[in-house]
Amino acid sequence: MTGAPPGRPKSSAWRHVVLRLVFVLALPVVLVTVWWVASDGSEDVYWPPLRTIVSAFPDVWTGERWRGDVLPSVLRLAAGYGLAAVAGVALGLLVGSHRRVRAVCEPVLEFLRAVPPPVLVPVIMLFAGIGDTMKIVVIASGCVWPVLLNTVEGVRALDPVAAETARSYGVTGVARLKDVVLPSAGPQIFAGLRQALSIGIILMVISEMFAASNGLGFTIVQFQRGFAIPGMWTGILLLGLLGFALSVLFRLVERRVLGWYHGLRAATRR
Amino acid sequence: MLDVRGLRKVYEGSGRRTEAVRDLTFTVGAGELVCLVGPSGCGKTTLLKCVGGLLAPTAGEVTLAGRKVDGPPPGTAFVFQEYGRSLFPWMRVGANVELPLKQKGLGTSRRRELVADALESVGLADAAGAYPWQLSGGMQQRVAIARALAYEPDVLLMDEPFAAVDAQTRADLEDLVRGLWRERGITVLFVTHDIDEAVYLGERVIVLSSSPTVVQEQLEVDLPLERDQLSTRVAPRFAELRTHVYERIQAAKRGAATRPAGTDAPPPR
Repeated sequence: MTGAPPGRPKSSAWRHVVLRLVFVLALPVVLVTVWWVASDGSEDVYWPPLRTIVSAFPDVWTGERWRGDVLPSVLRLAAGYGLAAVAGVALGLLVGSHRRVRAVCEPVLEFLRAVPPPVLVPVIMLFAGIGDTMKIVVIASGCVWPVLLNTVEGVRALDPVAAETARSYGVTGVARLKDVVLPSAGPQIFAGLRQALSIGIILMVISEMFAASNGLGFTIVQFQRGFAIPGMWTGILLLGLLGFALSVLFRLVERRVLGWYHGLRAATRR
Repeated sequence: MLDVRGLRKVYEGSGRRTEAVRDLTFTVGAGELVCLVGPSGCGKTTLLKCVGGLLAPTAGEVTLAGRKVDGPPPGTAFVFQEYGRSLFPWMRVGANVELPLKQKGLGTSRRRELVADALESVGLADAAGAYPWQLSGGMQQRVAIARALAYEPDVLLMDEPFAAVDAQTRADLEDLVRGLWRERGITVLFVTHDIDEAVYLGERVIVLSSSPTVVQEQLEVDLPLERDQLSTRVAPRFAELRTHVYERIQAAKRGAATRPAGTDAPPPR
């Protein structure tokens, strides 16, 4: 795993950390530099110099914008994503544990998953209106499928020896779900949650482009319509940074919850 | 204590019908340590799973302390061969041992006591906070044994528990099981394919035929109660008994006519 192996001298451990940082940062630095240099002095309205975009950033993203646009977007994402995670795992446990239920549900699930979630926006607007509810429903209805299907697979993949152990020691019912089935499916569930996160961000933006009065997606479209091109670019940059931050956060949570799994994998590789 | 009568198990699947166990009858007395030994693939595991209530027999029945077994009975603990898969990798050692006790509805302090005592008994008092995969194979199997002990079973079922550990660890674990058996007076049914192990461990050895399985012979092991790896294994009586069992198993493999099963006298001294 990361970090220096025990027994290595301290200076070498430091060099290891620095080296890792260099590896992580090298490509982003190169790309930003290339963008900066290549766009510098650009006269094209649609491709403003990166210098202009960066200097516009603090003017555009004032405290008021953070409160009025970024926060509502993030809250809607959190609500929709959380709803999808809970529903996906709960339904996944149900479908995955019963062969008959699975046989009935599987074709329908595959179909529903195959429907591109953005096309649901106009439909969901019809009954959920154009408020926060609509956006949350759109995000949840797109995020739920990868979580659900991965949970089903994870539950099905329960080791037969683990299942027999649980049975022979009378570990049944809720305890079996909580202490055996759910943790054993954990790695798969997290794979689903990771896919769902990127889908969620996409749907957050798309739902705000259709009908909204605030939010990141709304703001970016407003800038584009108002020909405030540098402002539009700052919004896109902010979205990218938001996605990056969420994925780092996700990885931290995953490392913590699935610590046993990474340890186990490292142990079997040895 | 444990009564197996006319046990038969037939697997049906995809047009293929496999008779794993044909007709097995034997009893295990309370507090006895009995080893089941037979050629590989003879349905030992099937038999043990039927005894443990994990599989329903096609015919015949298993009774435990007078009650028919139709699901995992509460007083039975199972130790599997695949310790790596039988211990839950997402739980630390202590939690693994404790989980079945929670299901029994024991209070926290009692659970803690049992877990500490069981881990102590298998020589892993310090390992409660480790994950199973941080331990060696032999230590993991010790944890599985501790989990069974903490459960305070009347009957301990062991399915080739030492088949996947190295020879030295195996010898230690054999002595551990014998020691625990003497100390705690648990009834132990121990399945193995290793003839030496069966004779060394058991007070009685039941020799099974090849599949479809019947009891080929039952043999009292008249070795002293106190056994140790050095002197017991070189004792002439040990050699006689293991030779006898070996011959029976070879005969079983060749499919030679089986003697009527029953209480055979041990080979004459």
